[in-house]
Amino acid sequence: MNDLSHPGRIGYSLPQIPEDLFTVVGDLSKLIPNSMTRSTDLKLPEMSEPEVLRHYVRLSQMNFAIDVGMYPLGSCTMKYNPKVSQRIARNPNIANLHPYQDEGTIQGILSILYDLEKMLCEITGMDAFSLQPAAGAQGEYVGTLIIRNYLKDQKLDQKDEVLVPDSAHGTNPASAAMAGFKVIKIPSSQAGIVSAETVRGLVSDRTAGMMLTVPNTLGIFESEIAQVTKIVHEAGGLMYYDGANMNALLGRVRPGDMGFDIVHLNVHKTFATPHGGGGPGAGPVGVISKLADYLPIPTISNSDGRYRLDYDKPRSIGPIKSFYGNTAVLLRAYCYILSLGGEGLKVASEQAVLASNYLLSLLDKEFYNPTIPRGIHAKHEFVVSSSPLKRKSGVLAGDVAKAILDQGMHAPTTYFPLIVNEGLMIEPTETETLESIEAYGDTLNSIARNSLVEKDRVISSPHNAAIGRLDEAKASHPNTIILSWKQVKSSQTN
Amino acid sequence: MAHKFLPNSDVTITKTMLNKLGLTDAEQLYSDVPKDVTLKRPLDIPSALSEIELEKLLTQKLGRNKSYPEYLSFLGGGCWVHHIPSVVDEVLSRGEFYTAYTPYQPEISQGMLQAMFEYQSQICELTGMEASNSSMYDWGTALGEAGRMAQRVTHRNRILVARNASPERTAILKTYCIPAGMHVEIVDFDGVTGNLDLGFLASKMNDQVAAVYFENPNFLGIIEEFAVDIVEKAHACGALAIVGIDPATLGVMKPPGEYGADIVVGDGQPIGVYPNLGGPLIGIFATRMDPLLLRQMPGRLIGLTSEKADPSRQGFVMVLQTREQHIRREHATSNICTNEALFAVAVSIFLATMGPKGMKELGEHMIAKSHYAQQRMKEEGLEAPFFSGKYFGELSVRTKMDGAQLAKNLGEQGILGGLPLGRFYPDFEMVSLFSFNETHSKEDVDRLVSALKATTS
Ligand SMILES: Cc1ncc(COP(=O)(O)O)c(C=O)c1O
Repeated sequence: MNDLSHPGRIGYSLPQIPEDLFTVVGDLSKLIPNSMTRSTDLKLPEMSEPEVLRHYVRLSQMNFAIDVGMYPLGSCTMKYNPKVSQRIARNPNIANLHPYQDEGTIQGILSILYDLEKMLCEITGMDAFSLQPAAGAQGEYVGTLIIRNYLKDQKLDQKDEVLVPDSAHGTNPASAAMAGFKVIKIPSSQAGIVSAETVRGLVSDRTAGMMLTVPNTLGIFESEIAQVTKIVHEAGGLMYYDGANMNALLGRVRPGDMGFDIVHLNVHKTFATPHGGGGPGAGPVGVISKLADYLPIPTISNSDGRYRLDYDKPRSIGPIKSFYGNTAVLLRAYCYILSLGGEGLKVASEQAVLASNYLLSLLDKEFYNPTIPRGIHAKHEFVVSSSPLKRKSGVLAGDVAKAILDQGMHAPTTYFPLIVNEGLMIEPTETETLESIEAYGDTLNSIARNSLVEKDRVISSPHNAAIGRLDEAKASHPNTIILSWKQVKSSQTN
Repeated sequence: MAHKFLPNSDVTITKTMLNKLGLTDAEQLYSDVPKDVTLKRPLDIPSALSEIELEKLLTQKLGRNKSYPEYLSFLGGGCWVHHIPSVVDEVLSRGEFYTAYTPYQPEISQGMLQAMFEYQSQICELTGMEASNSSMYDWGTALGEAGRMAQRVTHRNRILVARNASPERTAILKTYCIPAGMHVEIVDFDGVTGNLDLGFLASKMNDQVAAVYFENPNFLGIIEEFAVDIVEKAHACGALAIVGIDPATLGVMKPPGEYGADIVVGDGQPIGVYPNLGGPLIGIFATRMDPLLLRQMPGRLIGLTSEKADPSRQGFVMVLQTREQHIRREHATSNICTNEALFAVAVSIFLATMGPKGMKELGEHMIAKSHYAQQRMKEEGLEAPFFSGKYFGELSVRTKMDGAQLAKNLGEQGILGGLPLGRFYPDFEMVSLFSFNETHSKEDVDRLVSALKATTS
């Protein structure tokens, strides 16, 4: 962008500050202390509006997205983002609301948020929700802090261990550690689940709780969940549900009914809010009634049709982000739930599971080895190991991923969960057509077959992308790392 | 049922797919789920609404809110209504950006990666720092993470926070730092000027202090004239200086990188993001190019590199991922995964349109309007400014009325604001904060002054 700069060009139009206003206030530079006035030039590029627009439109054209093509990135639930929610979110009565407005002027949005909390309670079987967390990971931090504070109030400070499966997402152990817990890894069973027997061997009077994703990151339902929750509860621990995979279970299985005490949802996955190329999202947290007092402040209350923000919650873990949560994202989730309705949510989950099993059935098992035991249906996603392909051809899961990009489709998640060698984690979602699912299956199979005949082409892919494979080692090396144009410029002048 | 978002929900398509799997009913896909955890009734959620019904319902519900531009707004305090250039909306509504996930496949995500790199570059220029990450959730959480980072860098546990920094953000800092065994201690300000009390600060400094945090301008709207001295006091004890900023001021104000800041936090919201009742926002997080700081930094960083096959071709990738949760798990520098990437694009576009001249003019609007308001209020016998320190765009005013009541009364006259300081400082119950910028005309300010006078006399 710096190359586009031309001194003198401008891309903004602000009103003139009226002359008579200067006669009242005088010389502006006298109003700001010298010590705090900028004395160096602000080196931002100078561009006209058409150039700015073209620059970013050009960048957008170098970006793959769900609006462009199939994006079966496992664990991320890249489903279609309804456009009606986008239009609704542009309403100035949401976009321009200020968080410090008097409550009387924000009753409309508070009523929406309040209703959304109630709907999420119904969907998850929890008793109270907070919409505050900005993303799933922050929901996890809130949840583990609730565990910590609750146990402290029960005088159970010695409980300092949280059990986390080896298949868990990295945010789980990271969040538990941030909340001050020691993380105990649960090895997955041969069948790819957390077995009651293993858990029994790991719990102790130090067990504060367990974090579990259901279905887990292999796309397998945790069939021993009832026994597992019982064991953890008997040890005095709390059960935390990572809701990133809730898209398999809507209207059919509720975390509360499985025995979970705390739940986070990723609305940017399950409830179709756009992920924005990395964010924003939202990670609402629900809890059973005995933990409700611990939710972050403020909470929303309703008496006689009047909605209030409540800060007076002495047991609360405190505020966790500025103001009240990612309201504009939550509004979209609300629109999505209403667009599908209760029955539609259940159908959506069924369709997601159907799509995933259908795609799995298409894959050539000579190359892609399913991690799911025979006789069990995958849930909304599945993981295959391309180890057989590697043995036959030397082509890695990461190469397969790059080769897919050449076909105008996004790659699966690779090398996650960490327990699968050459893992490809695939989540087609319920919004892909039968035809695109079949095309994806065909693509994976033909890449595998091509690997045997033109390996070099596969391992040097992508060939049709904006750029080929990048030198990541150089990018992160202390001597060659470059994080800004300023740094590029200063290295050129040196 | 067939639903418009669900292409295979038509019964014949569903049947075809099920049959191919050797199944007859979708129920069978869940045969591994134990019956005792299965919900045996339909969800108690209303049935599907059509697009027309949905838009009508939402328009009606949202219609119960009051907002700018129908109302005049003078609210600030960490979130501001500013003008957002139309180009920002135009680009942000492109599905190529907003419906992408995190750029895990750089070859087909160069657009997002480059936009985030531009954002990092522009934030560095604006703040005078050398390394900006590609976003945190918001200012409050950026501060929380900065506190924890200071502990990792210095191996110390005390963090000193200015009482004239946002009390809400300070509370978030506590939620982040206390579980890490840190002590958050408050440094008072001078009740007359609104500036940080340097003597107080000096009395709290010792070799256990990990960091000193202050905001400039501070939450009371006052410019910390002696920021250099605050930073020096921190450095003299081996502590880090964390400075909170409003980026909209930095076309005019000295960037904190030029007075020694080690970490700069702030919110990008005022430069390109709608307030949305305070979320989503975009946390700014920038440091010096010091390997020790970089290694301990939270959040995603985008770097420039070259193609493996042809090193003459440049491209962008996520870098230093070994700090992050997906690799380091419980040893990661932060648990953050999803961030606010789309708004990094928004901020980048905003700054591209504004350029250096626009950013300077933006700051001038804030200074000119707030000082004009002050003169007009004084003429009308109002106590403005309440704090005597130099201020930028936010003006403290004391009236004879509780600030919350004042805001209610102004609301009845179609005016949002000011922010009642009594909400955060019981000792300043009658003081309110009014925020001014490019969106206010001279007439708007005059209208506020008249309304204030009518309400308080
Ligand atoms: C299983 C799982 N848990 C947690 C997370 C973290 O969620 P977020 O990115 O919203 O912080 C993710 C998504 O990245 C996930 O896939």
